[in-house]
Amino acid sequence: MARYQCPDCSYVYDEEKGEAHEGFPPHTPWAQVPDDWACPDCAVRDKPDFIPLGMSGIGGVAA
Amino acid sequence: MSTIARNPSADNAPDRYVDRKRYLWMLSVIWPAAPLIGLYLVSQTGWGIFYALTLIIWYGIIPIFDGLFGNDPNNPPEAAVARLEADRYYRILTYLTVPVHYASLIVSAWWVATQPMAWWEVIALAFSLGIVNGLALNTGHELGHKKRAFDRWMAKIVLAVVGYGHFFIEHNKGHHRDVATPEDPATSRMGESIYKFSLREIPGAFRRAWNLEKVRLERVGKSEWSLSNEIIPPLLLSVAIYTTLILVLGPDPKLLVFLPIQMAFGWWQLTSANYIEHYGLLREKMADGRYERAQPRHSWNSNHIASNLILFHLQRHSDHHAHPTRSYQSLRDFRDLPELPTGYPGMFFIAMVPPIFWSVMDRRVVAWAGGDLGKIQIDPASRKRITRKYGRAREAARIAAE
Repeated sequence: MARYQCPDCSYVYDEEKGEAHEGFPPHTPWAQVPDDWACPDCAVRDKPDFIPLGMSGIGGVAA
Repeated sequence: MSTIARNPSADNAPDRYVDRKRYLWMLSVIWPAAPLIGLYLVSQTGWGIFYALTLIIWYGIIPIFDGLFGNDPNNPPEAAVARLEADRYYRILTYLTVPVHYASLIVSAWWVATQPMAWWEVIALAFSLGIVNGLALNTGHELGHKKRAFDRWMAKIVLAVVGYGHFFIEHNKGHHRDVATPEDPATSRMGESIYKFSLREIPGAFRRAWNLEKVRLERVGKSEWSLSNEIIPPLLLSVAIYTTLILVLGPDPKLLVFLPIQMAFGWWQLTSANYIEHYGLLREKMADGRYERAQPRHSWNSNHIASNLILFHLQRHSDHHAHPTRSYQSLRDFRDLPELPTGYPGMFFIAMVPPIFWSVMDRRVVAWAGGDLGKIQIDPASRKRITRKYGRAREAARIAAE
């Protein structure tokens, strides 16, 4: 599963962990996160600004 | 930390920075106790004027200090930021400020309910405490931007003092996203008076906070009318604090007048801050329909050392909006920022007299936009007046550009 990082505050969205507080349970794919979703920590960058970091977990096996 | 590498004015100075303001930051902790110092002076001298002590220092003395002490030459290099962020001392100061706010409210309310006071003295103390309540919003602001759950809870607890718990959502997720755009009820428009602005800002902020939580809770699958709505717990705490004060101290008529005034004036301090922080500024729309990212030039900055030391650096607002999770001790000043002529206290004061505020700020906004009125947020009702007055500047800018 892939990880995506906010370019401002370095918050990371990890598909494996999701972001339950924001309504994205573990294993929510990035594609399901709405485009107007802002970084939950700094809110100055939105989803399209996030930088892909590559895979998480052992070998990055897709769930 | 990537936040540091990406700072727009990153410099390569090595980290030999010594924070000369380290111990002076205690002023930000002590200043919210100013109404209590006023009460002590009343008890020692019997002079009612000390009820207004906070009011006089805030609007009268601090602007003089800002003029005397001027700009703050201290500026941590980027290399020092990570070290400053990791230093627990600074964080502890923000925690210590929280009980000070509770003490100021509780002792002042007790005083009003039990001590003989003239009506004008009650009002003077209410305004004094209101200023300090504005600072509860400032403390809640500093804590609410942090990533730790403990800090965020402390933010809600201190915001409850002034009955503004929704600020935590509204500011972080609403204002920071929409700042310097027409969508932001907390960004003022050129030509808009603070009074007109407050009628747009106060209800607009609450609506935006509620909608943000509604959208989030729909995704989570919970009702907006539940304790999961982050607006509700601090609101309940406010109700509990004020109900307890009235029940314990008794429904004294002076107390019943005092409490709403001190709270409303606390809100007014936030309105004042929002009014001056982005007045007229506008982010441009990009080709894809999104706004350009919030940059330091989209906030009015004030690097005045005196007022910054009692405000946890709030006035280094440009860096704050560019990097909202950065702590107060690490905020930096940059060259070529839109600058306020004095610190917040002085600006708050002149904001209450719109013709003076406009005469000070409007030409600065026009200069910021390079004379192009199309790059400024203008109050629709004032557009004609402003175009008549500053339209020529635009012509001149166009000719100069050619």
